[in-house]
Amino acid sequence: MKRVNDLEEIRRIIGLHKRWDLIFMITGIIALMIAVLTFMALFAHMLVDGMPRLSWDFFTSFPSRRPESAGILSAWVGTTLVMLVTAIAAVPLGIGSGVYLEEYASKNLLTEIIEINVTNLAGVPSIIYGLLALGLFVYQLGFGQSILAAGLALALLILPVVIVATREAIRSIPVAIREGAYALGATKWQTVSDHLLPYSSAGILTGIIIGLARAIGETAPIITIGALTFIAFLPPSPVKSEFPYISFEWLTAPFTVMPIQMFNWVSRPEEAFQLNAAAAGLVLVVMTLAMNGLAIYLRYRMRKNIKW
Amino acid sequence: MKGLHILTEESRNKIAHAGKLGYSFRRHLHERLIEAFLFLSAILSIAIMLAIIVMLIKESFVFFQHVSIWEFITDTQWTPLFDDAHYGIMPLVSGTIVSSFIALLVALPMGTIIAIYLSEFAPFTVREMAKPFLELLGGVPTVVYGYFALLFVTPILQTIFPELPGFNLLSAGLVMGIMIIPYVSSMTEDAMRAVPMNLREGSYAMGATRFQTAIRVIMPAAFSGIAAAYILGISRAVGETMVVAIAAGMQPNLTWNPMEPAATITAYIVQVSLGDLPHGSIGYQTIFAAGLTLLLITLTFNIIGHVLRKRYREIY
Repeated sequence: MKRVNDLEEIRRIIGLHKRWDLIFMITGIIALMIAVLTFMALFAHMLVDGMPRLSWDFFTSFPSRRPESAGILSAWVGTTLVMLVTAIAAVPLGIGSGVYLEEYASKNLLTEIIEINVTNLAGVPSIIYGLLALGLFVYQLGFGQSILAAGLALALLILPVVIVATREAIRSIPVAIREGAYALGATKWQTVSDHLLPYSSAGILTGIIIGLARAIGETAPIITIGALTFIAFLPPSPVKSEFPYISFEWLTAPFTVMPIQMFNWVSRPEEAFQLNAAAAGLVLVVMTLAMNGLAIYLRYRMRKNIKW
Repeated sequence: MKGLHILTEESRNKIAHAGKLGYSFRRHLHERLIEAFLFLSAILSIAIMLAIIVMLIKESFVFFQHVSIWEFITDTQWTPLFDDAHYGIMPLVSGTIVSSFIALLVALPMGTIIAIYLSEFAPFTVREMAKPFLELLGGVPTVVYGYFALLFVTPILQTIFPELPGFNLLSAGLVMGIMIIPYVSSMTEDAMRAVPMNLREGSYAMGATRFQTAIRVIMPAAFSGIAAAYILGISRAVGETMVVAIAAGMQPNLTWNPMEPAATITAYIVQVSLGDLPHGSIGYQTIFAAGLTLLLITLTFNIIGHVLRKRYREIY
């Protein structure tokens, strides 16, 4: 008799615990759904408000006091140029740093400090980078409130992302590849440039794209530098008709970028401007989503194709 | 080299050619130059950190010659740009704490639940779909979240609390929380998935359910990683700028009530930067003093995270 009771008791306990399993599973799905639905609401809200404003004119007009004729020409041109500077500065430095830490650095105190420091830099709020750029680039080095200062500030900001991506991509290459190269008499740099970098290129590229996608949306550091919110002209063209054909004047030009344009429109009380903000936000979100989507796709392809 | 003359011309050429594979000064220099460049780019991260600290301290130093540190900490008003200037950081700190607290109230539980669900419960296909989606969610620019907080969440909250002002910490905090969920969940999930399978199997073999295994075995084992995720979430919340700058208003306001408008440290820096302050003025220096306060707060959390990670790291 006793035994049957025990069995029932055990069944009861198991049932109770299984019920907790079920409850938690439902909670998990609900939490995930809340995140998904929030994103859907955000996107739908912007789509409804912003879609009617999206037209060819919106991309080819300067900002204006009349919301119906305002556009994002100076903003997207500014964003493109700033991203160009950011990529040119951050990519070689980030890859170089990652390669050094993975392949060259000996295990000593300095290496450990650099490693901890890269982690710490990733945790520094973006606005602090803006203050650094304001003090260092804008005033100390005299770059002014220019595309160059903004591009460099964002480059510093995404440097940790590129470094970490490079390191992870290089680390996943088996030692046998390196040993094979050395056995054939390759020097360290030949091994890195002919073997390790090509094999890790997809992983590094993923990191660069994610970093740039983050930089495109960054607003705070660029506001801190003192980017203007109302720019009704374009920076001087980098291509000239007379010798030497290429000009770097645009680097020192005043500018605005997409997120600042959007911020400017959001903070106006008139509703018509907020519709413009929705349209600019839509363009911005589609841009970052496309970049992040590309990065995710690249990583997926990489995982599928590479089998060491 | 003495016996070389007895070799044929062909073999002599081969030997001369082989000499190129030995020590070559040019090749050596090339390698060293590249290594130097790589080393410099690695050292750059330390230079950046030092530059940040030096720049903030340098400008704050001038500021603190004008305003005593005691006044900075104890004064309850922050009105540096008014004629009657007060320099008390507390109103900005209170705004930062309230908005971060609300954000973390949303992000930490939700992020943890999602992470446990994805790591221990979800079927393979759900996980493969949810992870990239969360990643995309984390990639949305913060200014867009600010727009969302001001024009979507606040009106909804106003239907529940009719007396809620248009700018308030509550909606900024809630949206910030949603924004931080992906960071917390993906790092927590990574930490939990790094726990070796045999711990799970051991737990299941003892008759534990999935929930019991997740809470009593996996979470303690992954504690250091989860702590790191939480610390990152806190740093994000404290340093978040655009959401609060757009949705919480920009008036410094010493309050602990989330229903009021207030400014955070970051929002103040944005507000000053939007105006046209001359380089070297006291207003210019205030943003560096505010920035230094912010950096100290986030660095403190980073160090706590580092210590936690070191102390509770489980090695299998």
